[in-house]
Amino acid sequence: MVERRPLLGLLANVVLIIGVLIVALPVYITFVASTHANDAIIHPPMPLTPGSHMVENYTAVLTGTQEGGGSKASVGQMMIVSLVTALVIAIGKIAISLLSAFAIVYFRFPFRMFFFWAIFVTLMLPVEVRIAPTYKVVSDLGMLNTYAGLTVPLIASATATFLFRQFFLTVPDELTEASRIDGAGPLRFFWDVLVPLSKTSIAALFVIQFIYGWNQYLWPLLVTTSEDMYPVVIGIKRMISGGDAQTEWGAVMATAMLAMLPPALVVLLMQRWFVKGLVDTEK
Amino acid sequence: MGAISIRNVVKRYGKGPKANQVIHDVSAEIADGEFIVIVGPSGCGKSTLLRMVAGLEEISEGQISISGRVVNDVEPSERDIAMVFQNYALYPHMSVYDNMAYGLKIAKVPVAEIKVRVDKAAAILQLGPYLARKPRELSGGQRQRVAMGRAIVRQPSVFLFDEPLSNLDAKLRAQTRLEIQKLHRELGVTSLFVTHDQVEAMTLAERMIVMNAGRVEQIGTPDEVYTRPATTFVAGFIGSPPMNLLEGTADGSQFTVGGVTLALPQPAPRSGPLLLGVRPEHADPGEAGWALQVEMVEMLGAERLVHGHIGQTAFTLRMDATLPSPHAGDTVRLNVAGERLHWFDRATQQRV
Repeated sequence: MVERRPLLGLLANVVLIIGVLIVALPVYITFVASTHANDAIIHPPMPLTPGSHMVENYTAVLTGTQEGGGSKASVGQMMIVSLVTALVIAIGKIAISLLSAFAIVYFRFPFRMFFFWAIFVTLMLPVEVRIAPTYKVVSDLGMLNTYAGLTVPLIASATATFLFRQFFLTVPDELTEASRIDGAGPLRFFWDVLVPLSKTSIAALFVIQFIYGWNQYLWPLLVTTSEDMYPVVIGIKRMISGGDAQTEWGAVMATAMLAMLPPALVVLLMQRWFVKGLVDTEK
Repeated sequence: MGAISIRNVVKRYGKGPKANQVIHDVSAEIADGEFIVIVGPSGCGKSTLLRMVAGLEEISEGQISISGRVVNDVEPSERDIAMVFQNYALYPHMSVYDNMAYGLKIAKVPVAEIKVRVDKAAAILQLGPYLARKPRELSGGQRQRVAMGRAIVRQPSVFLFDEPLSNLDAKLRAQTRLEIQKLHRELGVTSLFVTHDQVEAMTLAERMIVMNAGRVEQIGTPDEVYTRPATTFVAGFIGSPPMNLLEGTADGSQFTVGGVTLALPQPAPRSGPLLLGVRPEHADPGEAGWALQVEMVEMLGAERLVHGHIGQTAFTLRMDATLPSPHAGDTVRLNVAGERLHWFDRATQQRV
């Protein structure tokens, strides 16, 4: 758009600022709440400027020494569980999808299209639909309360496979042929040519899948029963005490802030790659 | 070293009666060090034939051998060939150096040796300053040279070129053509070059294979193909504008085309229905001779193309631009020397 109309420009700015406020205000309030002692939060009106209890609140939740009626598991441990889970899910998904897309695009084997469609159809089944049978399998295999139980069932990904397949289809055939003449076998071609060419798509998928893994709620709720295997997202919920017991809102909000940090960091650090991966292809 | 023998090669896609046959019984013997151009219109099977030599397409029937070894079931990398693709097929994420070195790395050539070979190829192709760049930072002509460099460093006994010049602009194409010729003179490696461009074919080839619809029409030097085309297809395909073909009946020194009788400078090789071929540049306007009804004149600078009819048959004449130009509606009289007449059988389209 190269229009030169000051009023329109102003209007666009106003709309954008309103949008930013709507998105950012809750985050700001969460931050403010995480810096106040509990009395300050529960006595209206709630303060809108940061308070003086920031250090206390954050150290308390990280070590699990906060007061109140909810769970007192250490948020530090939960963050580690979440981080490991999200990383394993993201990396596992990318590795598996790259390989399956490679097989589907570059090899002629019986029932190739059947396998492709079988993978494709699972796109239509969200985790929730198959959650009961998956739980049965995971528990029979003794994977409850383990990292394997948290991650393996979430690794298979039709979306990523499909995305890589579409990307591989755009790689010119001559490149495959040139590498055949150069003497590269299929796996060599995969490592030396396809994976480097997919770099940007891999980065984009990593961001999406990391956040997907980090935000898992329902599945970890089912397969974890011990406090040291809870991811942080569940931890937040468990810190809110039911009944008459008092909830330490400062601690809850501090945990929420901490839970938001890693995905935000991943997005910030990989933003350039992420956009590149969604927008262009290096060819 | 480097001789290629193609014997009764057939290519068909699919199986059984529905199979689509694209190469029909092609045979050719190529000596070591020869520069052979395969030329033909799009879809004539020339690229398929080249890809069968490269090992990128399976051979349905027949046999191809390189340097005396049958290669029907040999992997492309084991055939001692190198190929230059139409769109260059450079690895986009590798530097120019790595692009050239990749095949050698896989072949486990020592690093020092790789460096020597790549540097040498880069020197020949004047790519020295660009070794660290990525292909996307190069111009079309430079990418072309990298693709050739990748072929050279392998030190193969056969080079295969699949229309390598068609993505270049006209000026660069002429320049690269000369470079390829120079390269061939220096390295003396057997080369198989596919193109649809007859100028490229004529200028590069030591011998050319003219193909049409999956069949070989003629194999010969550019001179032979031009002066003695074996079929009407070759006559029409090589030379620009194409040879005029007049369909008529010969009787001694007379040739009847659509009711008009032409006097021949020398008797036809046989009487009866024949096709008479005359190149536009071999008919000279004069005082007497065949009557050409002029319809249109094109000025090309050094020469003029005169389009018209002899009887009912279209005929094109190419004349020197210094001669006075005829106008539409004029009648031009044409003389053709006896040895410039080409005779073809009307049924088989073969040269008589």
